[in-house]
Amino acid sequence: MFDPTSNPPPFWQNGPAPGAFYNFPNTKSGPSDEFQHSQAPITTATSIVAIKYATGVIIAGDLLGSYGSLARYRNCPRVLQVNENIILGAGGDYGDFQYIKNFIEQKIVQEECLDDGFKLKPKSLYCWLTRVMYSCRSKFDPLWNNLVIGGIQDGEPFLGTVDKLGTAFTDKIICTGYGAHIAVPLLREAMEKNPNMSKDEAKALVEKSMEVLFYRDARSFPKYQVAIIDQNEGSVIEGPLVVKQNWSLAHMISGYN
Amino acid sequence: MSSIGTGYDLSASQFSPDGRVFQVEYAMKAVENSGTIIGLKAKDGVILAAEKLILSKLHETGTNRRIFNIDTHIGMAVSGLIADARQIVEIARKEAAAYRTKYGTKIPVKFLNDRVSMYIHAYTLYSAIRPYGCSVILSSFDNDEPEMYTIDPSGVSFGFHGCATGKAKQSAKTEIEKLKLGNYTCKELVKEAAKIIYTVHDELKDKNFELELSWVCKDSKGVHEKVPDSVYSDAEKAAKQAMEADSESDTEDM
Repeated sequence: MFDPTSNPPPFWQNGPAPGAFYNFPNTKSGPSDEFQHSQAPITTATSIVAIKYATGVIIAGDLLGSYGSLARYRNCPRVLQVNENIILGAGGDYGDFQYIKNFIEQKIVQEECLDDGFKLKPKSLYCWLTRVMYSCRSKFDPLWNNLVIGGIQDGEPFLGTVDKLGTAFTDKIICTGYGAHIAVPLLREAMEKNPNMSKDEAKALVEKSMEVLFYRDARSFPKYQVAIIDQNEGSVIEGPLVVKQNWSLAHMISGYN
Repeated sequence: MSSIGTGYDLSASQFSPDGRVFQVEYAMKAVENSGTIIGLKAKDGVILAAEKLILSKLHETGTNRRIFNIDTHIGMAVSGLIADARQIVEIARKEAAAYRTKYGTKIPVKFLNDRVSMYIHAYTLYSAIRPYGCSVILSSFDNDEPEMYTIDPSGVSFGFHGCATGKAKQSAKTEIEKLKLGNYTCKELVKEAAKIIYTVHDELKDKNFELELSWVCKDSKGVHEKVPDSVYSDAEKAAKQAMEADSESDTEDM
């Protein structure tokens, strides 16, 4: 019952200061407009090896989807024909790659719908992908990939790359991931000796690089695919090819356990 | 026209006392003012043909097309107000793209037809907007199955073996009915399509027109596209010859 002699109960006990929110115990408070972006890739693919030869471009990538250091998925194709002018290879997060692949495919359908006789060209796709990657990283939510774009434009082979930060460049030799350390020197040496490589020579060189990478890169896999685009022969995806392994030297190597 | 709608024709959201929606009927009139389009289903694909009326000699040929690609395997021919039609084309493309991203496969034309006709129908329900002044034909060849649908301004749609809308739809339909559609392959049917467009074209009312032909069939690997130049010129030649033969026999009769 209300006792008129005692003090009235305080109108607002333990409440927040005027203008602030009430904090229930053991709960986080405050505006909930904070969220965490992806900061690491999940299922990943390793290096891409790509070179430009006299009349075309070759892009190779193995079929492994790694889950950390676990070789989890063994059939993850990551080189593709975008249209008759363009081939593409990707390393890094496999989910992000599939997302990119989907929207590139949709873009191609849109282009075909216009029915104006024009086809997307490699330099255009390359430039556009640099914008996509850069815009995502600028939102602090990068697509965790290395993309390698190859193709034929105006009769000339084209090879370019863009990474998750939007850093982009074109070159005669492009390798991503571990390949940038292991395969690039091999390819440069061969390219210096023989600047105008034929398709078969280039293929043999890529094959060799994939072999060396398989020996050296613990996230690699002996099955791989190769996309080739050529001025005269159009584009194909070959594979799955298998690395010819030779471990006869292995017993001489020690000190790594 | 039956004494004008007597006040019940101002809104698409109101019936007339005898149960009609005049705005929708007027929209169909708009379709009847445009060039004829036809669709023919063959054993191994679907042909779309359009009589594109040319309003000015100054127009560039090959522009303002009436046959569009919606997705790789779906085509759409439109009759009626071209600007309205382009909006429907845009909607259809978006629906096809949305289906692709959601389900990872090409949209079956049956589903696309459902979605687009629902959309067109929605525009017959409100007083603030007018119905679309166009009819469209959807064609596809998927899983070895040719399919074709038309949608009216009312939002009603049917599947067809052969269909026509636009100015000369009646005479075009009678011409189509003469064909035994199930017996033709696409290659043969292209010529018949061209002939029909040439036959139903009324030279007295509209002087110039451009023939548009597209197909989606086995030969095009299930891709909707303009027919190749050689096929086009053959078909056009056949149609012109048929017209000449026709006019000669006419003069003999006289």
